[in-house]
Amino acid sequence: MRNPDRRLVLAGLGSFVTAPHLARAASVRDSANREVAIPGKVQRVFPAGPPAAIQLYTLAPDLLLGWPRANRAEELEFLLPGIGDRPEIGRITGRGNSANLEAVLQLKPDLIVDAGSTGRTYVELADRVQDQTGIPYALLDGRFAAIPESYRILGRLTGRSERAETLAIWCETAMATIQGRIAGIPADRRPSVYYARGPRGLETGLGGSINVETLTFLGARNVADQPGSGLAQVSLEQVLAWDPAVIVTIDLAFSDAVRSDPAWADVKAVKAGRVHLSPKLPFGWVDFPPSVNRMIGLWWLAKLLYPEAFPEDIRKIARDFHTLFYQVTPSDVQLDRILAGRG
Amino acid sequence: MRSSPFRGNAIALALLALAILLAFGLGRFPIGPGDLARLLWSGLSGQPSGLPPQIETVIWNIRGPRVLAALLCGAALAVAGTTFQGLFRNPLVSPDILGASSGAALGAVLGIYLSLGLFAIQLAAFIGGLIAVGAVYAVGSTIRRGDPVLVLVLTGVVVGSLLGAGIGLVKYWADPYNQLPAMTFWLLGSLAGTSKADLLPLLGPVLLGSAALVALRWRMNAMSLPEEEARALGLRTGPLRFAIVVAATLVTAASVAAAGIIGWVGLVVPHLARFLVGPDFGKLVPTAAILGGGYLLVIDTLARTAGPVETPLGILTAVIGTPFFIWLLASSRGGWS
Repeated sequence: MRNPDRRLVLAGLGSFVTAPHLARAASVRDSANREVAIPGKVQRVFPAGPPAAIQLYTLAPDLLLGWPRANRAEELEFLLPGIGDRPEIGRITGRGNSANLEAVLQLKPDLIVDAGSTGRTYVELADRVQDQTGIPYALLDGRFAAIPESYRILGRLTGRSERAETLAIWCETAMATIQGRIAGIPADRRPSVYYARGPRGLETGLGGSINVETLTFLGARNVADQPGSGLAQVSLEQVLAWDPAVIVTIDLAFSDAVRSDPAWADVKAVKAGRVHLSPKLPFGWVDFPPSVNRMIGLWWLAKLLYPEAFPEDIRKIARDFHTLFYQVTPSDVQLDRILAGRG
Repeated sequence: MRSSPFRGNAIALALLALAILLAFGLGRFPIGPGDLARLLWSGLSGQPSGLPPQIETVIWNIRGPRVLAALLCGAALAVAGTTFQGLFRNPLVSPDILGASSGAALGAVLGIYLSLGLFAIQLAAFIGGLIAVGAVYAVGSTIRRGDPVLVLVLTGVVVGSLLGAGIGLVKYWADPYNQLPAMTFWLLGSLAGTSKADLLPLLGPVLLGSAALVALRWRMNAMSLPEEEARALGLRTGPLRFAIVVAATLVTAASVAAAGIIGWVGLVVPHLARFLVGPDFGKLVPTAAILGGGYLLVIDTLARTAGPVETPLGILTAVIGTPFFIWLLASSRGGWS
């Protein structure tokens, strides 16, 4: 047993026994259709960026090597104790050279995971890092609708397929339930929505942007629905011309200011009191960072946009989501704070 | 052959009036010329216009402040550019030559990184610009060898690139989902969020700095002579240069704090002004202010009407400024000294 190689073999046999359907697969196809070798033992996983770190934490917090950025104190309250002590490890970005691969190696990861784009830049970056370090590097599709599949891939890679399946099914059920209920809502009863970012609320996500994926999924009419896949700046005059029925924002300063700003007073959403500040604990519900945390945001938004179709209590759903995904059950007081969007 | 200053200024004023009219009339929120006229009349006469409140909001709270801000920023950048080009006797100098823009940019990205409020970010930008130029001036003054003007410009270039590295570092620290886009938007320049509250902090420094420059206009003419000749005329060049740098920095920093980084205006417009009224600084400053304000106003009108999404001002000024500058170089002869 002192021989590490033998331990490795035993660990391999262990997963052989616990996951019989994987018996023949020594590798997994990741979201970019790359062949990624399943590591013999997985105890330490390096997340390449915040979305990967969050997804990994929800699946297997014990494997999380560290965080791309240290979490703030108010976030730690909603995460497993001790998880904030994990080191800040930076991120591997699309430019490749900005991550110090020696520092990555020093952390002795068994696996590197990135969740986000599966475009060519990221594929080549992953291949290169994998070649240089010899550590399997998996790319997960970070798009909202791909979350269940990403869980399954990550589950197979880390030997946590069972929990991955539970989480994937939660997501699939939520998406199917919600989509089923909104399918029958005619176009003219779907509210026009303006997604406001930045302290002035004048940054917004264009049609194809990852920032408005949840809104798009809900069939809301994004007023800034024009070609493009990123954030853009617009003028208040343009917002007035769009006259959205609902405003969703992630910015506390804007949410506070907009209610008393005479320049915004004539916007339909402001007049009707339908400016909604997105909850953000421990991670943003709508976007920021764009990871599995948006699954609970989907329910929150669905209730906002189509209140009659979604009579469920958001508090119960949020409590369940937190309990299952973050493995910490928030108290009623904590839930109030989360839903108020502050902190 | 040079045009007469009178004709030059008349052309500039006519273009400006046209630009203002167009800017008030055009926008993403459709307002007809009749409604606009009624609104302006009610503004002048104090009688209610009877128009929907939305139209009032657009003109008085959104479009109006933005038009004024564009005029002020454009004028500020052009006046500062004219000043620095004269002071450093170099036609390729722009208002950010002494680090005002890079200092302001570092202040702003730090403000965004620290999640400060809007006003605090603008204040950080303004103070950053002043500190940067102050540092350049202090370092430049301690170097006693060589032409003091050249030393100052070179110090500005060096400190500016150090500040650029600082901006890069803060962007690197920033979170890529929220802060980085905000920094990018700021660094590309925009007046999209201008409100009434932004006008006063802009107007104060711009008026103060411009008034100082207009008061110094005759001495400025002598300053554009070589150092020894200026001294021979009895000018105390050191303190004078200091006063001019302070005034030009004040207007630049205020404009950058309000609108972000907008290049090219301060480089191109002084040439156009010189082309119209000649090199006499006394005539040049007002003409540059009128042209600069009009130019940025036209650019900003374009930026906010071209599509639902704003085009950054810094991009437009570069795209329009480059060919224009080349044309100007090719067609003007001897307009410089």
